Amino acid sequence: MNSKTIILAGNPNVGKSSIFNNLTNKHQHTGNWTGKTVEIAEGDFKCNNQNYHIYDLPGTYSLNFHSEEERVAADFIKTTYHDVTIVVCDATCLERNLYLALQIMQLTPKVIVCINLIDEAQKKQIFINFSKLSKMLQVPVIPMSARKNYGFNELKEAINNYQKPEKTFEKITDIAQKAKEITESTVIYQNQNYDAKERKIDRILTHKFWGLLTMFALFLLIFWLTISAANYPSSLLFKMFNNLTPYLTKFLNILPLPDFLVDLMINGIYKVLSWVVSVMLPPMAIFFPLFTILEDLGYLPRIAFCLDKCFKKCRSCGKQALTMCMGFGCNAVGVTTTRIIDSKRERLIAILTNSFVPCNGRFPTLISLLSIFIIGLNASSLLSALGLTVIIVFAILITLLISYILSKTILKGEKSAFTIELPPYRSPNLKNILTHSFRDRIYKILKRAISCSIPAGIIIWLLLNISLDNIPVINYLVNLLNPLGNLIGLDGAIILAFILGLPANEIIMPIILMIYLASSNLIEVNELSALKDILINNGWTILTCINFIILSLFHYPCATTILTIKKETNSTKWTLISIIIPLIIGISLCLLIKLLFNIF
Amino acid sequence: MIIPLNKLKIGQKGIIKNIEPGPLEDRFYDLGFTKEAIVECVLKSPFNDPTAYKIKGTLIAIREEDAATIKVGVMDE
Repeated sequence: MNSKTIILAGNPNVGKSSIFNNLTNKHQHTGNWTGKTVEIAEGDFKCNNQNYHIYDLPGTYSLNFHSEEERVAADFIKTTYHDVTIVVCDATCLERNLYLALQIMQLTPKVIVCINLIDEAQKKQIFINFSKLSKMLQVPVIPMSARKNYGFNELKEAINNYQKPEKTFEKITDIAQKAKEITESTVIYQNQNYDAKERKIDRILTHKFWGLLTMFALFLLIFWLTISAANYPSSLLFKMFNNLTPYLTKFLNILPLPDFLVDLMINGIYKVLSWVVSVMLPPMAIFFPLFTILEDLGYLPRIAFCLDKCFKKCRSCGKQALTMCMGFGCNAVGVTTTRIIDSKRERLIAILTNSFVPCNGRFPTLISLLSIFIIGLNASSLLSALGLTVIIVFAILITLLISYILSKTILKGEKSAFTIELPPYRSPNLKNILTHSFRDRIYKILKRAISCSIPAGIIIWLLLNISLDNIPVINYLVNLLNPLGNLIGLDGAIILAFILGLPANEIIMPIILMIYLASSNLIEVNELSALKDILINNGWTILTCINFIILSLFHYPCATTILTIKKETNSTKWTLISIIIPLIIGISLCLLIKLLFNIF
Repeated sequence: MIIPLNKLKIGQKGIIKNIEPGPLEDRFYDLGFTKEAIVECVLKSPFNDPTAYKIKGTLIAIREEDAATIKVGVMDE
């Protein structure tokens, strides 16, 4: 049986991905902001014994080639053979949506119009005469609410029964005017003040004082909840892994394996792996759902709106703030998100600076170091969160500064125009949040971290256990790097850990500990106080801590992010620059801080 | 009275009369800023710029200098 092809098109943030997910049983994340879907997703489904292949295009306002997405969408509709294009429209702002629908109908006559979000429209007392709309457009019109799971049977039926029209639609000269005419004769707004409540919330969230305070407080709250709730499960995981060690060793000893291999597995792979999982998993499991709530509510575009002026001063744009927010989760995701920025120059700035905001993989180490050296081991978790927020504010300031310098030097140019849509607030869907957080983010990131820890564990073990003249190889390397380390207030072990930590930031701290612990017999590090003793015994001072934090913010993007930058910029030059810039910043800041410490 | 869009005060509405040629002309058009469309000034960002306007049921934020290229006739309350 031949498969039929369907294209899903529409304005940004109208629920195309929700419809796609429902039809295909896939799990594209649906966020409440313009530009969430940046790539064409594909999927299959079956209905009445007919197979369908469906493409979910990124959302666009028109097909006028203003942005990358519009180019992609227009080319795709023009060049890809398809049986029907489903144009998804937002019932709450039909006129603008029809503008795109009519444009698409000028390219292809094979169209079904889907009016999504009718539940939201009903709440706002916006009523649409669907049969009249269908008559005026001369295509099938299906009212739907993808979130409420309403209308899918009708949509599938419409797809199944779809008959290719005989002729193409007549040419429309003024599409906007046509969209206006159709809307005026099919839509009734019973309550002109339907959005009064949203505007009230907006006035607080974008208020001069309360707006900025709320933003700060929201992030503080997220970090605080993450830190305080992650503490206990983290130490529990540590204990569990530690308690398992003897059993695992016994088990491996039963197998016919050489001793060195057992040691490599236990003291190399297992150690790094258990550290990474216990330190990373709990904070991620709390941070991602919380952050996804913000995303689904529609708060992120408001951040871009509030902070645009600061970015404008640096000749870049407020959408960069949104991409930085995504970077908190994972810098590679942040880099991909920069596609929402229209200007190529501003997009490059956002790409080159994205790794400056610490991602999830760097939070736990930053927090531990803060507690050990700056705010004290017994400080409350609120203070830790405040400390982390201060570090992040610092990272944001450096991002702004570097953006400014870049736009005055290698990325010269005027600030370009900025428009962003502020979507209606939508209540987050718990199931959505959990599946997305765990399946798409936590699972993926953890898998990557684990697959990086295994080779890292092996390499470290080999370096520790292979000796030249009875001295482990690692000592040569550490000694080699010591002068550089000491120069910037750190040591050779830290530098080596940063080098070996290229694949994932999460493994930097465990590598440092393994190097330090190689000379002692202290093996288990499950308490902050134990970590503190090890670090201090190895010469760490407050200067080491501060410079480590600096270097952790500014070294180079992790391997995954570097690959993403290469893919997004399609340029080796910019990829190299994205590696060099943070290195220069990190090393110069460390030098400066060491100098200041020596003076005072 | 015809004024640039950025001079519209919060709560004021206007009818779009003209959009000056410029890099954003087409983009505005796509977002619904077409001639004779009704636009309302709704929100100012904390630093007073950009401003969010309600147009055809959506909320779009635009920077001051870009809004200045759109001329609107002020509507009476």
